[in-house]
Amino acid sequence: MSKPKITVIDYGVGNLLSVQRGFEYCGAEVYLTADQDAILSAERVVLPGVGAFANAMQALHERGLIPIIQKLSQKRTPLLGICLGMQLLLDESEEFGLTKGLGLIPGRVVPLPSSTCNGGPQKIPHIGWNRLVPAESRGNWASTLLNDIQHGEAAYFVHSFMAVPTDSVHCLADCYYGGHRIPAVIFRDRITGCQFHPEKSGEVGLKILRRFCAD
Amino acid sequence: MRNVRLIARLDIKGSNLIKGVHLEGLRVVGNPSEYALHYYEQGVDELLYMDCVASLYGRNHLGDIVRSAAENIFVPMTVGGGIRSVDDATQILRAGADKVAVNTAAVSNPQLISEIARRFGSQCMVLSVEAKQIAPMRWEVYTDNGRERTGLDVIDWVKRSVSMGAGEILLTSIDREGTRKGFDIDLVSAVTNEVSVPVIASGGMGMIEDCVTVARDGGADAVAMADILHYKRATFGDIRAHAKAAGLFVRDYE
Repeated sequence: MSKPKITVIDYGVGNLLSVQRGFEYCGAEVYLTADQDAILSAERVVLPGVGAFANAMQALHERGLIPIIQKLSQKRTPLLGICLGMQLLLDESEEFGLTKGLGLIPGRVVPLPSSTCNGGPQKIPHIGWNRLVPAESRGNWASTLLNDIQHGEAAYFVHSFMAVPTDSVHCLADCYYGGHRIPAVIFRDRITGCQFHPEKSGEVGLKILRRFCAD
Repeated sequence: MRNVRLIARLDIKGSNLIKGVHLEGLRVVGNPSEYALHYYEQGVDELLYMDCVASLYGRNHLGDIVRSAAENIFVPMTVGGGIRSVDDATQILRAGADKVAVNTAAVSNPQLISEIARRFGSQCMVLSVEAKQIAPMRWEVYTDNGRERTGLDVIDWVKRSVSMGAGEILLTSIDREGTRKGFDIDLVSAVTNEVSVPVIASGGMGMIEDCVTVARDGGADAVAMADILHYKRATFGDIRAHAKAAGLFVRDYE
């Protein structure tokens, strides 16, 4: 059997080594590229990212990748957005003024709540391991990238903004931070976005990467 | 419920894992890769690599150690010791680190904090502070692995660093480091009361209960431990179970 092929979009934002090593550990062949044709013809695509939303959209724009990623959705190519890469999937972000996103999942990226449910101070960014729970509209994770994850297993988060889909049908998993529900995994058709870093979430994260390889 | 990260601290000299007392009297423990993998398999939340002599000799082997760890360890790694420039930070991040910890170079050139934060984000810029008590409720910042005084007050320095972009504080008590006497709770509280970014308490974990005390009474967001793990006085399973029973949120791990 041939190895699954994972194409990681390399658009100059963030460190791709951990994502690459994670997928390689799961038995995949990993290609890092910004080449439009390579991405368009890829078997499975990962959109990573750290840093600011507007910078990332600018970097994608400069490489002519915005329409390419949008075409992946029409082709039903499995696409996984990680951290900022998840946030980019939405229509727009409020980070440093309003910036347009890829528009693949309807919704907006907004700051994390600055206080807890009880009105106490909240540490921003949200850094650390947090439990994944099913989104309110979801009973279970069967047949999704979270298929092999138990409710309540923890993943590693580092973020200051959160991606909120307009329609809760696109929410798969949340975590609680300061008592607030924060979207942790969103999806639409074959597009999935993880707010946490699966490549830094130990065996839980590796299970998600393996599932993506088999999707 | 307070959420606490459990971090294994690996002090490195050359290619060896070492352990000291008061950051001195270094003793070789073993091969860092073996210990790191063992802690990963036990469910460590993060790894912290510190090259103890890098800022003294101006070079380090951390790149190779981190590169090899990144092949089979999938939790966040913070790396410090001898990082003097954005280029040094870039190198170590390319090797597989997620965050860099800076002490000596940040004291001599505070602008480095802003430069690293701007380039890689605040979440990547960990300020490492080596603190030594000089009077009741007063601590001085030391550099070069506890060898050099700076005249800086710890509280003033962390506040200034956070305003310049430090996203996390690694706070090591030189007085307690390697002594197994428990964390300096006053020091940790003094810092957590003054800054809004996460604080990692380091230095002095003698028994499992110390981890709970520093999180509950000191407000630590994360606890770094070395001696208790390296000398197999406790496992992460023991520590997690105890912390959970005490009402802290720690990651479940099978």
